[in-house]
Amino acid sequence: MIRINGVSHQIAGAPILSDVTLTLPKGGITALIGPNGAGKSTLLSLMARLTRIQSGSISFDDADVAETPTQELAKRLSILRQDNVLTARLTVQDLVGFGRYPHHKGRPGPTDVKLVNDALQAMALTPLRTRFLDELSGGQRQRALVAMVLAQDTDYVLLDEPLNNLDMRHARQMMIRLQTAARTQGKSFVVVIHDINFAAAYADRIVALKDGRVLATGTPAEIVTPAMLNDIFDLDIVVQQIAGHPFALHQIAPPSTQ
Amino acid sequence: MKSLSLHMLLALAAIVAMAMLSLTIGAADMSISAVWRGQGDDTLILMASRVPRTLAIILTGISMAISGLIFQMLTRNKFVEPATAGTTESAGLGLLVAVFFLPSAPLIVKMCVAAVFAIAGTVLFLRILDRLPVHEPLLVPLVGLMLGGVIGAVGTFFAYQADLLQYLGIWTTGEFSGVLRGRYEILWITGVLAALGYVFADRFSIMGMGKDVSVTLGLNYRGVMWLGLLIVSVISAVVVVTVGTIPFLGLIVPNIVSRMMGDNLRAAVPWAASLGAGLLLLCDILGRVVRAPYEIPIGTIFGVIGSAVFLYLLLGRQSHAVR
Repeated sequence: MIRINGVSHQIAGAPILSDVTLTLPKGGITALIGPNGAGKSTLLSLMARLTRIQSGSISFDDADVAETPTQELAKRLSILRQDNVLTARLTVQDLVGFGRYPHHKGRPGPTDVKLVNDALQAMALTPLRTRFLDELSGGQRQRALVAMVLAQDTDYVLLDEPLNNLDMRHARQMMIRLQTAARTQGKSFVVVIHDINFAAAYADRIVALKDGRVLATGTPAEIVTPAMLNDIFDLDIVVQQIAGHPFALHQIAPPSTQ
Repeated sequence: MKSLSLHMLLALAAIVAMAMLSLTIGAADMSISAVWRGQGDDTLILMASRVPRTLAIILTGISMAISGLIFQMLTRNKFVEPATAGTTESAGLGLLVAVFFLPSAPLIVKMCVAAVFAIAGTVLFLRILDRLPVHEPLLVPLVGLMLGGVIGAVGTFFAYQADLLQYLGIWTTGEFSGVLRGRYEILWITGVLAALGYVFADRFSIMGMGKDVSVTLGLNYRGVMWLGLLIVSVISAVVVVTVGTIPFLGLIVPNIVSRMMGDNLRAAVPWAASLGAGLLLLCDILGRVVRAPYEIPIGTIFGVIGSAVFLYLLLGRQSHAVR
């Protein structure tokens, strides 16, 4: 279970997060949505101890982020950040292999090899495994980074816009893969998603942030409604039910306002 | 994997061959067969001059290549090496200060003073780096060269005031002709540090992926940063005190290795070590043969060859370093 308790954060005096309190049960996919600048990435970064918590507390099960040793946390939670500037020239399999470092500390065993292979397989990277990262397309590199996070094999996985640069096929495959891992292995994913329809189709719960505050928490059916979306994004959006999921037709303005 | 170790064996064989050749070249008349027959003079030349020199070249080549590799991971930039970032100049300044204030101290004490200065200079450089935009990789070597220039100027001024100008030459031009038994042994320290670089190769590789990835993987980022800094600074100090500056070695060897096999240091360190030792042996042999019996300093030879290779790497097909 993830407990976020009264977390506030300021950058250069400007409030980014204000008194965020959330409890996310273990297991399943939580989608973090909200307009640009809502504080989604900052919240993820605080959860993953990449940014020091200024006030409030965050804990994963019994491990408080500020107090648990970083090596210990590395076995419990992993994060993919949004802007990854990797200057190192690594092959895909080397990169994904480093995901196992918290567990083997430089001496990979059979389990490590297997989990790396599984992660490569899951992200459809097996044919590209010996390629260097700088020889890949943006989407392929994104998949390699996600594979590294998956290879870390932690109970909690934080992903900041993992669908960036992915084509439709790979985006869907990735969400299905996350869903499978959540259901069969009990993993917990917290995912920042901009495409609200991916959130509606795959997330077990949605947390909406706006102006650094939690605006709403609920199931996709509760959040993806015209009224709620208007609150979150200040935008009139038509929502239709397709194949049992609410679908937001956000690309076009509703007929009445045209 | 099998062909890789075959390549490694070939590389090692080439180094051994060049080391043997290096032993037989020099101004003094000496032949291995005479040593074999037990002639005293020849044995003395071999053991007191030739063997120390060849060992010094190999140790210097290995350690400077590895320190360049680690330095490029520390800075996450492929255009810098300790000699273009103020580290070497700081070590030189430290040596001058040691010579001035502790003229009779043993070499190892002077080396320690030089190492402390090298660490301070490198920390200063890394502090400045923190304030540079990440997406301007070419700013990093420029700032490094400027910092090195400033520290070098302080050193020159100090040497001028203290009447130590002749000492400047010691660290501005690398030379192995002064290497004799009893004057090179502290270079073994660099061998130990280079081995340490290999032991911690995984950690340096992760550090090269940046702070966020390091923290995510549970790495003690600051600790590994300091370890790298220490290895690089002490290697620079030892080399400056015993041999002098050899430009470009720490820059081009890691770049060639990175292009060949990437930045996974576990695999790259042995290759950087072999290439560093091999190139330096080759340049030293050239320097002794071109104008025999006179000798061209290895720093000069390597400067010529190194700058040509570096230009090729810069301008040659799509530089990986730019990314």
